[in-house]
Amino acid sequence: MSQVSNEIRRISGHAGSIPGEGFSRDYDVCKLVDTTTCIGCKACEVACLEWNGYSFSETTFDNSYQTMPETQWNYWNLIKFNEHEREDGSMQLLMRKDQCMHCEEPGCLAACPADGAIVQYANGIVDFQQDHCVGCGYCITGCPFNIPKFSPTARKVFKCTLCNDRVTQGLEPACIKSCPTGCLHFGSKADMKDLAETRATQLREHSGFENAGVYDPAGVGGTHVIYVLHDAKNPELYGGLPKNPTIPLAVSLWKTPLKWIGNLAIVGGLMGLAVHYLRFGPKSEESRDSFQQGEKR
Amino acid sequence: MNDQARLLPNGRILRYTFGERLMHWCAGVSYVYLLFTGLAFWSPWLFWMAVALGGGTISRELHPWAGLIFFLSTIWMYRTWASQMHETKVDKEWWHALPHYIMNEDDRVPKIDRFNGGQKSLFWGFFWCGLLLLLSGLVLWFPQEIPWSLRYLRYIAVIVHPVTALLTIALFMIHLYMGLAVEGGALHSMVRGDVSQAWARAFHRLWYERVLSESASKK
Repeated sequence: MSQVSNEIRRISGHAGSIPGEGFSRDYDVCKLVDTTTCIGCKACEVACLEWNGYSFSETTFDNSYQTMPETQWNYWNLIKFNEHEREDGSMQLLMRKDQCMHCEEPGCLAACPADGAIVQYANGIVDFQQDHCVGCGYCITGCPFNIPKFSPTARKVFKCTLCNDRVTQGLEPACIKSCPTGCLHFGSKADMKDLAETRATQLREHSGFENAGVYDPAGVGGTHVIYVLHDAKNPELYGGLPKNPTIPLAVSLWKTPLKWIGNLAIVGGLMGLAVHYLRFGPKSEESRDSFQQGEKR
Repeated sequence: MNDQARLLPNGRILRYTFGERLMHWCAGVSYVYLLFTGLAFWSPWLFWMAVALGGGTISRELHPWAGLIFFLSTIWMYRTWASQMHETKVDKEWWHALPHYIMNEDDRVPKIDRFNGGQKSLFWGFFWCGLLLLLSGLVLWFPQEIPWSLRYLRYIAVIVHPVTALLTIALFMIHLYMGLAVEGGALHSMVRGDVSQAWARAFHRLWYERVLSESASKK
């Protein structure tokens, strides 16, 4: 969560030039989640809590293995379990590790009004700076993945940092380190994309998953967390992964055209009133009786 | 029209009672706070307004509460003034004469009662925008309480709240300009309640004549 130790690409709610912009390192980072080799052990959930210093939250039971319905402000990493009945009647247990996707075009950042509260580093990590967060929750509205969560005690919003503090020290995120099956990988976006495509090809050609593919949605400019799915045509099956996520239209309209129309209207209105005063000035109490046509100042 | 206007012993006319002035300034003060904190969250270039008012976090905490005060003031005004704000035939004529009103050719503007067509529109504009601001504001106050399946409520709110706020800003700028710059005596009437007979005669002739005749008949 430290601003100085990483490269900055964009920061939210900020007027003027961006401090630290314009220098580069070798690669952007990416987490690869291969849902086809996940066994649902939840080691990543525990490692996330351990590293980030949160205690285990109360679990809920809904007739599945799932720890709780969705991620929480102090529970950033949650495996979503879904029992999918295939066309032939057989059952397939789909397991997807849900966390911040670290979008290339982050909706949270676009929606945020607080100067520097959301930072996108040049390596692709999107991180919340709670000391700049005002707790408005606009990021909750901006996110197409239902990730930012409000802490009622801190009155600020939290989410997965992609272990920015570890990554800046050359370590992989805690979830990656804990995975016993190797279904989690971490590296440059190009390398992870390569690995993912290789795995998807393998699934299509040798394992009979003809719709296997890579989830790296273009609607948010690609993400720095990508999935290998058995059925990339139906990502919704994996605990509500949106097929074509984008920044919500309302948020885009609000933050760009509406802003400009509003600003121009306010400035135009102020100028109009000033011009009116210069041309016509105040009303006088006598104007009703004494005004004669043609008698203008 | 059941306002409590009357001729005062000093020859001036009571235009706004203490209750009317109080509710107006409850609305006014809360609106100005809402305006500055709201503009701070509207544009990064105006975020300094939140800083000047104690910081972004405090502004975000207090903005909804100020909104409640504003809305309650609006309800108070509705209960007090709504019956006097229905559009009449004279108001339609007043709107037709709007260019003359704007150009200060007031002898070409129809005589009006206590409120002119513009003032009535301002009242209804603030009332309806206030209602929409409250409803969208409740969503924005507790966005984390809106379940994911009802997220479209948040999408509606982030459009409705700024659009209606911008409409009130337009109304507010005109209201402030008229009250402070154009109609000398209007500010005093809302602070201390009274206007001169000349003022009442010039800007609200029907009201002026009604008040005079009512005061005369009471004697």
